[in-house]
Amino acid sequence: MNWEQIISPRIQDVPPSGIRKFFDMVSGVDDVISLGVGEPDFVTPWHINEASIYSLEQGSTMYTSNYGLLSLREEIAKFLYSKHELTYNPENEVLVTVGVSEALDLALRALLSEGDELLLPEPCYVSYEPSTVLAGGKVVRVKTSAQDNFKLRADDLKKAITDRSKVLVLCYPNNPTGATMDREDLLEISQIVEENDLIVLSDEIYGQLTYEGEYVSFASLPGMRKRTIVFNGFSKAYAMTGWRIGYAAAPKPIINAMMKIHQYTMLCAPIMSQKAALEALVNGDRERKKMFKAYNQRRRVIVQGLNDMGLDCFEPKGAFYAFPSIKKTGLSSEEFAQRLLEEAGVVVIPGNVFGESGEGFIRCSYASSLENITEALARMKSFVKKLV
Amino acid sequence: MNDDILELLESNSRLSPDKISTMLDIPQEKVEKVIKVLEEENVIVKYCTLIDWDKTERDIVYALIDVKVTPERGVGFDAVAKRIYKFSEVSSVFLMSGGYDLSVKIEGRSMREVALFVAEKLATIEHVQSTATHFILKTYKKDGIIFKKDKKLDERLVVSP
Repeated sequence: MNWEQIISPRIQDVPPSGIRKFFDMVSGVDDVISLGVGEPDFVTPWHINEASIYSLEQGSTMYTSNYGLLSLREEIAKFLYSKHELTYNPENEVLVTVGVSEALDLALRALLSEGDELLLPEPCYVSYEPSTVLAGGKVVRVKTSAQDNFKLRADDLKKAITDRSKVLVLCYPNNPTGATMDREDLLEISQIVEENDLIVLSDEIYGQLTYEGEYVSFASLPGMRKRTIVFNGFSKAYAMTGWRIGYAAAPKPIINAMMKIHQYTMLCAPIMSQKAALEALVNGDRERKKMFKAYNQRRRVIVQGLNDMGLDCFEPKGAFYAFPSIKKTGLSSEEFAQRLLEEAGVVVIPGNVFGESGEGFIRCSYASSLENITEALARMKSFVKKLV
Repeated sequence: MNDDILELLESNSRLSPDKISTMLDIPQEKVEKVIKVLEEENVIVKYCTLIDWDKTERDIVYALIDVKVTPERGVGFDAVAKRIYKFSEVSSVFLMSGGYDLSVKIEGRSMREVALFVAEKLATIEHVQSTATHFILKTYKKDGIIFKKDKKLDERLVVSP
């Protein structure tokens, strides 16, 4: 069989993930400390696991509504109202999905027609581009820079807009940079969005991991609710990555369109994960705050450590990543990451896998124990010393 | 701020003032000063290490003794508690609500030693009405830390987006 001829060209055109390549390189190297992990090092708080186990014991093993359990959607609506004064009808404006990833894919497929352009500030999470391509859209990247603290600048956005521009993706706090956008920054963006009649996909998965300044949901800005899809989930704030549970909240017509795809592809998110998510929203704040506090403490340690060794690191105000510049070393991001792995046994992610403007930077996750971070920083320090 | 420093030290008493200063974004001199005051005020009583003795060769027996006491006029339970906690065999004493008054934890080399201590020293103290001895068979969790066989390995993928 000649699979290359059989497999759809659209899939063949999706480039291999840069992270995947690096993953293969890392496997096989012993005694590594990884700052390359994009998920919490905490285990899901026990009360959440326990609630899910209890639901299994009670026999909750069936399908739920396509939208998800109503009780969960009600809590999600309550959460969005209490945090951002956003009102969504849990009946038809909230959709529970298998992680934010699924929700994003649904939205892209529901929105994009062949050739529609999606504006993507970068560096950014690796799946927006392939998902857009798979949905038939075209990605137009908008670069951000360390000088601007990796915020999306209104002027740069304006320049990227064409008459095919349809969707803007915002993900703040940002993976990989840890950048946040405050209200003024977002207000500027919202004007351009309004003028150009864009739809905004606001990926707020790291919203609850905002350490400085308030977290502003894009939908809560004047006039933006009607043109914004809010995405959030439980993976990062509640350490629930493996549960694969997230949601989208948006006006009824687009949620309905997304639900149409969801009902045929996924049917519903797993009920045990939905029960766990419900417990997280109702009773999870205490544990969430503990983890938040620990991340914030580690954030300060890693940023200071990186700056001390001479790698300029702007202050990440959210998520759990530091994104220092390695330009001083004269190495490319990939060379730096590869040599750091081979010579010092520390895993970081080369910044260029998140987009061209990530070249010259590395992503260091501080979702790792303080001992690991301290040891990794010590190893990196002696590695960098050799280079500069 | 004091609580944050105490929380960090409670979870790891070896954290240096330098590190605490970074973690909490407080100047190092300030951290040192606060710790000194907390030590002087006996809020920080002692810096200890949590040890899983079951993993060592050493044989120690622990027992929790429920002690019923007739309180003394004027001094309540404190005087009896004092007579009890002065024994070096006693590792902790708590005043309890409920079915008995003092919970006493005792450490000994054998069950016999502990039992003899209770019979000869503890039960004979004036105002002690009765005792009930419960030997500790296994420690699952202590001071918020789960005692496991091995350190749990990080099961996460080494690299993820």
